[in-house]
Order: sequence, then structure tokens, then C-alpha cells
Amino acid sequence: MPPRRRTLYTNARLLDPSSGLDVKGALLTESDRIIDLGPKLASGGFAGDTEVIDCQGHCLAPGLIDMHVWLREPGAEHQETIATGARAAAAGGVTTMVAMPNTDPVIDEVALVEFIARRAADTAVVRILPAAAITKGTKGEEMTELGLLAQAGAVAFTDGEKPVASSRLMRRALSYATTFDLLLMQHCEDPSLAKGGAMNEGEIAARLGLAGIPAVAEIIMLERDLRLLEVTGSRLHATHLSTAESLDAVRRAKQRGLRITAGAAPHNFALNELDVGDYRTFAKVKPPLRVESDRKAVVDAIADGTIDVISSAHAPQDPESKRLPFGQAEFGIIGLETLLALTLELYHNGSVPLLKLLACLTCNPARLLKLQSGRLAPGAPADLLVFDPDTPWRIDEKKFRSKAKNSPYDGRRVQGHALRTVVGGQTVFQRKRES
Amino acid sequence: MVNGFIAARARFLYDDSSMSASRAAKTAEQPGHGSPVPFPHRHLLGIEGLSAQDIEILLNRSDYYVDLNRAVEKKQTSLRGRTIINLFFENSTRTRTSFELAGKRLGADVINMSVATSSVKKGETLIDTAITLNAMHPDLLVVRHQDSGAVALLAQKVGCGVINGGDGSHEHPTQALLDALTIRRRKGRLEGLSVAICGDILHSRVARSNIHLLNTMGARVRLIAPPTLLPAYADRLGVEVFHDMRKGLTDVDIVMMLRLQMERFHGSFVPSTREYFHFYGLDYEKLGFAKSDALIMHPGPMNRGIEIDTEVADDIHRSVIHEQVEMGVAVRMACLELLAQHLPNWRGTTPAGT
Repeated sequence: MPPRRRTLYTNARLLDPSSGLDVKGALLTESDRIIDLGPKLASGGFAGDTEVIDCQGHCLAPGLIDMHVWLREPGAEHQETIATGARAAAAGGVTTMVAMPNTDPVIDEVALVEFIARRAADTAVVRILPAAAITKGTKGEEMTELGLLAQAGAVAFTDGEKPVASSRLMRRALSYATTFDLLLMQHCEDPSLAKGGAMNEGEIAARLGLAGIPAVAEIIMLERDLRLLEVTGSRLHATHLSTAESLDAVRRAKQRGLRITAGAAPHNFALNELDVGDYRTFAKVKPPLRVESDRKAVVDAIADGTIDVISSAHAPQDPESKRLPFGQAEFGIIGLETLLALTLELYHNGSVPLLKLLACLTCNPARLLKLQSGRLAPGAPADLLVFDPDTPWRIDEKKFRSKAKNSPYDGRRVQGHALRTVVGGQTVFQRKRES
Repeated sequence: MVNGFIAARARFLYDDSSMSASRAAKTAEQPGHGSPVPFPHRHLLGIEGLSAQDIEILLNRSDYYVDLNRAVEKKQTSLRGRTIINLFFENSTRTRTSFELAGKRLGADVINMSVATSSVKKGETLIDTAITLNAMHPDLLVVRHQDSGAVALLAQKVGCGVINGGDGSHEHPTQALLDALTIRRRKGRLEGLSVAICGDILHSRVARSNIHLLNTMGARVRLIAPPTLLPAYADRLGVEVFHDMRKGLTDVDIVMMLRLQMERFHGSFVPSTREYFHFYGLDYEKLGFAKSDALIMHPGPMNRGIEIDTEVADDIHRSVIHEQVEMGVAVRMACLELLAQHLPNWRGTTPAGT
């Protein structure tokens, strides 16, 4: 047995959103676990074989947990692989991410869940947890083996970018999932209302002559699912909500005691439909960028806790899928490397306190996924993020580790980035100066 | 006898002293017929973004070409040695022919390319075709594409001037210009006129370009259509929206009918063409609500008996549908020439034979 490796992170601002801790202090890890932390920890001195990392007064928080990432392996490795996605994640401070099942083939069988887990273990520097499909082939017809898939390691179930259209099937899946208390995730969008749409239905779409995706497409699907939650008692995570009205629906449902949680991606609160501008396909995303009042509603919903989770919705696309007329271009924005900085915009502009934002990126997703990580506590995995919330920098697509470059944020001035990312006690990313 | 008439007409065309006062005033802005006033845009991708002055420049120059096109000798040399490529990703007869004729009358070499739309990734064809064509050094490209924004995308990839010949449901600027020219020549002005645009506005690039142009020039625009054929928030485009055709047509100066674009119908927008004609087809009864001298316009091709009654379409006193086609050539000549001014080694315009 190898000697136990101890690492001490000193001179840090410890931030633990799960307990509300925000103090100057130190944190000690042994192998892949946190064993102690606190303001007085470092004062006693430690044995010589303890590695000491000086955080230089920067923030030390749990590593980020990104619940919503499309890695294109297997099937479209030219867009992103598990290895490149993981490197991008590490650079963005993400230590755990949930991979969507919309690959080719779709992750709907035990062997495929095991394949993702194996590829992740072999090639990824961060933890990758597979999500499996709710329906076979995400065709919306037959339920997958939810229980067996969960046993094999699937942490959540979703048809990813495809909503489960059949109310009957969704009801059954929710109902069956209660047996094992599984987490289902739904991209709330009525497919028939959204069909053919390319951007938010509204004045801009009317001017550009583009078919719209109406706000009501999201609201209808969400409200249907809320009714189904009521009759099944199951739990559901609405992945990325984009309209004020659907957030109101979630708010009311939570008050009624339904087990609904909601997510948002940075583009839901950092952009609005005007960013489509002159047919910018990098701003083509689902749900579409909505109007300014909806964007503000997303910020408010993060502040008041209606939105539990912020995730990147990292959707890599190759140039050939985006350098097209707007109507033909693929949907999606990459976000692993900009997740932290864009989220911190809400802290810097005074909309949401820092710990609340970190909760949406760490302990809240951990709670939904039933993970040990996402908190600073003795016994928790040593998945850590050292970051500086203030350093100004400019987003530059050329510096992305991700294989894909489809980011609408290229050139945007932001503040704050990851300095060191630690997974299971191992540093997997360390920012050099000027990178 | 005939020759004498033509000679007289030609004198009328080229002699300032015999012109009407208004025509003379328009041409006075131009330093002689030979050279048009500068046009400050390299491409013509849409009406949105053009100023009233830009539109005036285009219409005034078009007026000049209307007269020229009615003369026997139509050939000009201003675009001699230039290459124009008509790149059509979508079927078109009249727009393509109109551009071809316009280019040839200006002395340019015109090539027509119809690109098959059956390939899976049409966009790849678009960019690839643009880069390929660009390598052949065309001077002007006229592009029609079935996707909104596609022509602007293509314009970013080429070094020559680009004219939008219609992109998806976005814009069709030369159609709006020829409509405006038709109206201006008949009514003497655009400002203050009340114009009703009726029919399939949702899918219509003609409607969008006309809304921008007429608003810019100070006309009042009404849209008449069932809600299913209007874009969401159409009322924010600076127009009045009507669902009842009789109310909408009341006291208008111009009635613009649009074609029901069945090929863009995904799903059911109206219950049947029979029902559509009953409520939104232009017949004499509904036309009676408009001003007695209201003009009837249609960008073509018409679906007779669906959006317009044959009798109304063929009414020589009211319908200016064929005049629109005539104006089309003149407008396209003006557009090609004004954009060609930005080409290297621009010589200026000289009538043939001088």
C-alpha cells in the first residue's frame, strides 16, 4: 500500500456553500479525501512529508459540478471527445460533469453506460458521470432499463436535447423511477410547437424572417410535467428554463411541495435574443435566447432559489455545423471554460451573493445527483477549486481547450477564473500566468 | 412613320428641355445622364439599413432606365467587360430573367447558375459555391436562397458586390424598389400614401422589404391577413394589422396582394384555399372599400382564384401587375450600376455609341 499522501492548502479563503462557511484558513487532504479544514488548522505545523500549497489568499471552494454537458464520444469525436471535454472542464474549474446520452449510439444500455465510465477512467482528468436515456434511442417510444442502468452507474435519466413528448410514457417513467428514487431530467419544449423554429418567437424573428420557437412551448411541457409529478410523486429536474412564466410555474410548484428542481445555463442569464443580431449562428441554442425581461427573470430566480442549478449546457459543434444559414445551423453553445466567469458576473453586478452562486455550481447539483462531493467537509472527496473571483480577462476562443469553438462570448470581458483544479487530491489543472 | 415616332421619342428621352418639370427636377440631382450619383453601399442585402436618400438615389436612377428601356436602342456600355453571376438556389423565372436582362442591357456578361437544392447539406454548397465562384473573379453576384440570412452570409465570403435576389422569408429588396417605383410613377409620391399588404405575410420576404421601404419613405402600411399568416408581434414592425379585409382595405391608395406560398407551408395555416379566397381573396366587392383610384399590385406569380380574382388581376385600369415587371428591369439596372461604381477601374456610364 502506498504511503498516505497529505496535502495542505494554506492561506485560503475557504468557501463552502453547503454550510455557508466563508473564512480564511486552511484545508488538509489525505489521498483523495478532505480530512480537516478550518481557520486554525495550519497553526500547529505539520509533518515534513505533507505537501503545502499556498493559495495566496485566493478562494478555495468545492470543485464545480456541471450537470449538463454534451461530450460527443462515441459517434462525433471530431466535435469533442471525453478527453478534450475533460481538459476543458478542468480549465473551467469543473471536477465532475454529467454526460448527456445523445451520442451515437445513444446511451440507453448497460454496456454503453459502462463504456462511458471506462473511457472516462482511461482518458479523462475529471470525473464524468453518465446520464442514460429515458427512452430507447431517445425515440420517445419505449422506456429504457432505468433500474439496471442506475446500477451500472447512470446518475440521471434524460433524453437530453429531446423532450419526452408522450405524456403517457413520461408518466410511466416518472412513476417507475420512484421505485429507486431516480432523477429524471427534462428539456422542457413541446416538440410540435417548436418544430422548425430557429430562435425565440418575437419581434427579432419577425424582422429576420426566421421561424420562431414560442415561449409557450416551454411552459406547456413544464406544466404538463408538473401535473405528472403531482400524480406520481416522483422527482424531476427541468434542465434549462428560459422564460419568466415557466420560472413562476416552478416557484408555485415548489411551494406546493412538488419535487421539482430547475436549472439555468449561463446563456439564459448572460445573453438575450438581441445577441442573435445579424444571424449569428453561435447564438443559436435551445431553449432559444429570450427577451430581456425573461433574462432578468432567470437572474431573479437564481437569487430567490427557484433555480437550483447552473450548468454549462456545453454543446460542442464543428464549424461545418455552424457556418451555415441560420435556419440550417445546429443548436448549441460551448460553456465549460466560461461557466465560472459568466456565473460570477451575477456576483460582480450585485445580483446574487457569491455563496449562493457557488451553491448552484456545487452542493445543489451534488444533492440532486446524490454525490459526496460538492462540499468542503471532512470525509468528502478532495475535489477542489482554487479560484480568483476578480481577475479581469477577455474570453478568447483560440485559447479554449475544448475541440469546439462555438462560443458567442469570444471577446467578452469577464472577471474571475480557476487557478487550480483538484480531482481526488490530484491537481489536474493549474493556471500559468498569461493563459 | 414609325421611325419618326421613335426618333421623336428618343429626342424626348435625351433632351432635358422637353422633359416634364418633375422628371427634370429628379435628374437635376444627377450630373448628366451619364453618371449616377454615388451610392454608399457595396452590397444590396436588404432595404433595412437603407436611408430615404439611398432609396431616392436608386429610384431616380431607375426612372432614367425606364425611359431608356422603352427606347429602341437599349444597350449601354457601363458594365462592359464586367461579369455578373446570377446564383439561384431557389427556382425563379421572372427575377432571374429580369436580372439577366438588366445585366445584358448594361453590357455585362451574365451567367446563370441554378444550384440544385436536393443535396443534404445545402449550406456546405452555399459556402463552397461562394468560394469557388469568388475565385473566378465575378464583379457582381445576384443571389437567391431559400434560407433567411443566407445571402448576407455569402456576401461575407466573396470579394465582389452582392445583390440579394430574395433570401428565405427575410428580404427581397429589388422587389420592394420596383414596387415603390411603380407607385411613385403612378401616384407621383410615396409619402402619405396608405398601402395595404394582404395575404401570406408570415412567409413573405416581399412584405418585409416593402414594410421597411414604405415606412422609410413615409407611407402608412397596413397588413391584412389571418393571424396564422402573420409573424408574431407583426404590430411592432411599424404597421397597422387587420384581420378583416374589408376594414383593412378601407380608403387605401394601394392594394398589394401576396402569393400564398404553399411550398413554405409546414402544417396547416388556413383551412382551405376556398375558405382563404372567400375571406382574403381580392375581388371587386372587397376592392370597393379601397379608394376608387386604388392600384392593384402583385409580385407574381399569381394564384388566380386563391388570393386574387382573375377579373381584378386583369383590370387594365386598376391593375399595375405588368407594369411592375417592366419596372423590375429598370430597377435592377440601377442597382447593378450603382453597386458597380465601387468596382475597381469604374469608367462611368456612357450611352451606347458615344
